[in-house]
Amino acid sequence: MEDRETIIGLEIHCQLNTKSKMFCGCSTDFRDNEPNTHTCPVCLGLPGSMPMVNKRAIEFALKVGKALNCTIREESEFSRKNYFYPDLNKAYQITQYDKPLAEWGKLLIDGDNGEKEVKITRIHLEEDPGRSVHMGTTDRGKYTLVDYNRAGIPLIEIVTEPDLRSPKEARKFLNKLRATLEYLNVFDSEKEGSLRVDANISIKGSERVEVKNISSYKGVEKALTFEVTRQRNLLRRGQPIARETRHFVETRGITTSSRSKEEENDYRYFPEPDLLPLRVSSWVESIELPELPDARRERFIRQYGVSAEHAKTLTGGLKLAEFYESVAPADPALAATWTADYLLGELNYRDFTIDAMPEDLFRELIKLIKSNAITDKSAVEILRIILDEVKEGKGPEHPQAIVDRLGLAKSSEDLVMKMVEEVVAEQPAAVADYYAGKMQALNFLVGQVMKKCRGRADPGHLNTLLKELLDKKV
Amino acid sequence: MAKILSFTPDDSVHAFLTTIPEVTYGEGPLSGVTVAVKDNISTKGIETTCASKILKGYIPPYDAHVVALLKDAGAAIVGKTNMDEFGMGTTTENSAFGPTLNPLDKNRVPGGSSGGSAAAVASGLCDVAIGSDTGGSIRCPAAFCGIVGLKPTYGRVSRYGLIAYANSLEQIGPMARDVKTLSRLYSVIAGHDPRDATTVNKPYSHEPSANIEGLKIGIVEEFFGEGVNPRVAEVVKEALATLESLGAVVKSYTMPSMKYALSAYYVTCTSEASSNLARFDGVRYGPGLDSAKSWHDAYSEQRKEGFGKEVRRRIILGTFSLAAGYYGRYYQKAQTARQMVRDDFERIFRDVDVIAGPTMPDIAFRLGEKSDPLQMYLADILTVPANLAGVPAISVPCGKIDSMPVGLQIIGKYFDDEKIIDTAFAFEQEGV
Ligand SMILES: [Zn+2]
Repeated sequence: MEDRETIIGLEIHCQLNTKSKMFCGCSTDFRDNEPNTHTCPVCLGLPGSMPMVNKRAIEFALKVGKALNCTIREESEFSRKNYFYPDLNKAYQITQYDKPLAEWGKLLIDGDNGEKEVKITRIHLEEDPGRSVHMGTTDRGKYTLVDYNRAGIPLIEIVTEPDLRSPKEARKFLNKLRATLEYLNVFDSEKEGSLRVDANISIKGSERVEVKNISSYKGVEKALTFEVTRQRNLLRRGQPIARETRHFVETRGITTSSRSKEEENDYRYFPEPDLLPLRVSSWVESIELPELPDARRERFIRQYGVSAEHAKTLTGGLKLAEFYESVAPADPALAATWTADYLLGELNYRDFTIDAMPEDLFRELIKLIKSNAITDKSAVEILRIILDEVKEGKGPEHPQAIVDRLGLAKSSEDLVMKMVEEVVAEQPAAVADYYAGKMQALNFLVGQVMKKCRGRADPGHLNTLLKELLDKKV
Repeated sequence: MAKILSFTPDDSVHAFLTTIPEVTYGEGPLSGVTVAVKDNISTKGIETTCASKILKGYIPPYDAHVVALLKDAGAAIVGKTNMDEFGMGTTTENSAFGPTLNPLDKNRVPGGSSGGSAAAVASGLCDVAIGSDTGGSIRCPAAFCGIVGLKPTYGRVSRYGLIAYANSLEQIGPMARDVKTLSRLYSVIAGHDPRDATTVNKPYSHEPSANIEGLKIGIVEEFFGEGVNPRVAEVVKEALATLESLGAVVKSYTMPSMKYALSAYYVTCTSEASSNLARFDGVRYGPGLDSAKSWHDAYSEQRKEGFGKEVRRRIILGTFSLAAGYYGRYYQKAQTARQMVRDDFERIFRDVDVIAGPTMPDIAFRLGEKSDPLQMYLADILTVPANLAGVPAISVPCGKIDSMPVGLQIIGKYFDDEKIIDTAFAFEQEGV
């Protein structure tokens, strides 16, 4: 039973980062504003108002369709999805039903067993509903307020075939998708609530369960892992898996069954009579795609000579890739290593994004490393100091200023030579051992010099200096 | 310079739901012309109820596109007129605020659903009126009250601000006592509006011409068939003879799709209505929900009390037509039938310039006469084909039976509203 396959398909809702809403001119930049301040008769669903399609939203969705290798429909259509809910202003959502904008696409990901093609069933456009704000505690709260600022934000829904085989693969798919959307500049993953995922998950041969309401990247893997374990445990105990809809409770990391009446909807779809069918064939031709993650990865290998692994990491997000390209001129190889192997770890540790690291400071740091002015150990220390200063809201210091303040500069050659001579004078026993052919003695002497200079010298270099000095004395 | 006009009508027919005692108006082609607006068209700052309890107290924060155009043209908007609730009816008896009476005989209905607009114009309470026509709602009351009413080509007038009943069928249109005035009003409200994606950039700036020499008129046999009062048919045939005497050529056709038209119409309009009216759930409109109840229960209570019987009937019918498993048998089939109606019109219009016949199968009914909904629906048989196809149609008075007016309906090709206006004008100039 353990070897039965896990089968996962995803439905991903992404908010497109257009300036105005899907069907009216209201601004989408509402997150710092009071409730219901970004509204008009259209997005409030006032009687008599009519939707007006935002061309930019269609263009964005077409870009995504093209980037995911979809077939764009000659004629697509908006439909009404009818259901009652307090935050649904018109009691229907304008979406696409049987004639979606794009179909039959694919996305290459780094799967559990190497490169893998995940098929995209469809991509369609729709409007986001408003948001219910429950006042008081839990579901027995006193009342609910509705905020329509979010109503009408353009969304795309991307539906995959059930091609994913593990929660980890699902996360990798999402990472790749997010990177692709970022490269297209149609999506801002940092905006709260900009991505919501529903997942269909089953163990081969058993019923399928839909998990709704996953609203973070980390949540997807968590929810799916919980669900795989739950379903496998049921099967192990010989119990059936019910075909049902479950909700992910992010705070507890579990899924719970939702059998409420509101879920059993017949949406009574029919074509939206206030909008004309979309004909975009000629438009699609004229849309040019920017460089996408795979192409950029290849270019990084070619142009900067970085390793395949580093190239994959560095192109995994648009801002990261741009950051790398801005610091690479200092030294492509060092910049790759220091970004991928050190900086990302330090950022993760602090829950920071790449924005936290000022490019000019990082460039300066790479130059210091390159010129041998500081040791790797000092460089890491400087990196941490800068990020900690950012975290505390201080203007971060320049690397050189930190070097000066803490005396982290690699000792000067004279100083080093002086210390080498001192050590040779202080350690006659070890010197004798060296002359007797005991090579460990040399290591001991190097260690003594390192101690003297508090690690600010290069051990390899010390080795050479000591050898030269001792061999001369013979 | 804004001017002020006082408006205190003696509204003995209950044409108005709201009147504006002091109307401000400006300069323009309609400066000082008094206009009544149907109560399903949004007017900024003026209560707009669709003659429904559920919208009692709703004051739109914006003007419908046509209202903005009227104000720009200097028109004086004097009030909001009574109607069948949300446009659902043929008599204006389905108003939550009581029926409108026919000014020519107060025991009779004015027709509907734009009955208030027609009665206001017919009784001289105002110069012109704006109505909306989903399945005959401008032409029927125009015929019953003895005035002129136009349902424009679909897409020629912006619906932005018209509280939707059946989006794919309805148009806002002008109503007046004579064709020339109607034409003037139409030239103000027609044209493209980016906020209504279904509008087309075809402004109207036509001066009616009475010369119809050589005009080819199609007569559709089904328009004179079963269910049509023979006396009405008689009056309309005399009108056709008048048009012939003015140089028109008349030719006969059949329209087989007529037998599906009424069902196609009612399935389509109720389906769209069930969706359009779903937003009236009591959260934002109506007297307020009972918060002790679950929201599902509170919603149904609110909707049961807020909507009239006919509205509830149509919402239920429409909900059913769109339901999973029935969609193909009803909504989709209705769209096929609708295409057959379009095809029939297209075929006939390859031969002729306009089609003419009666607007309504009968003269204005007595109040309460059509108590059976099905009988009421049958009265729309001659007006719905134009809505199903989207073609323009006008009703112009063409005679009387028992001193009640009969309307001559003239249907035109897509975007050839000018031709039906000319035909109506030619007939009107000849006099009855
Ligand atoms: Zn808006």
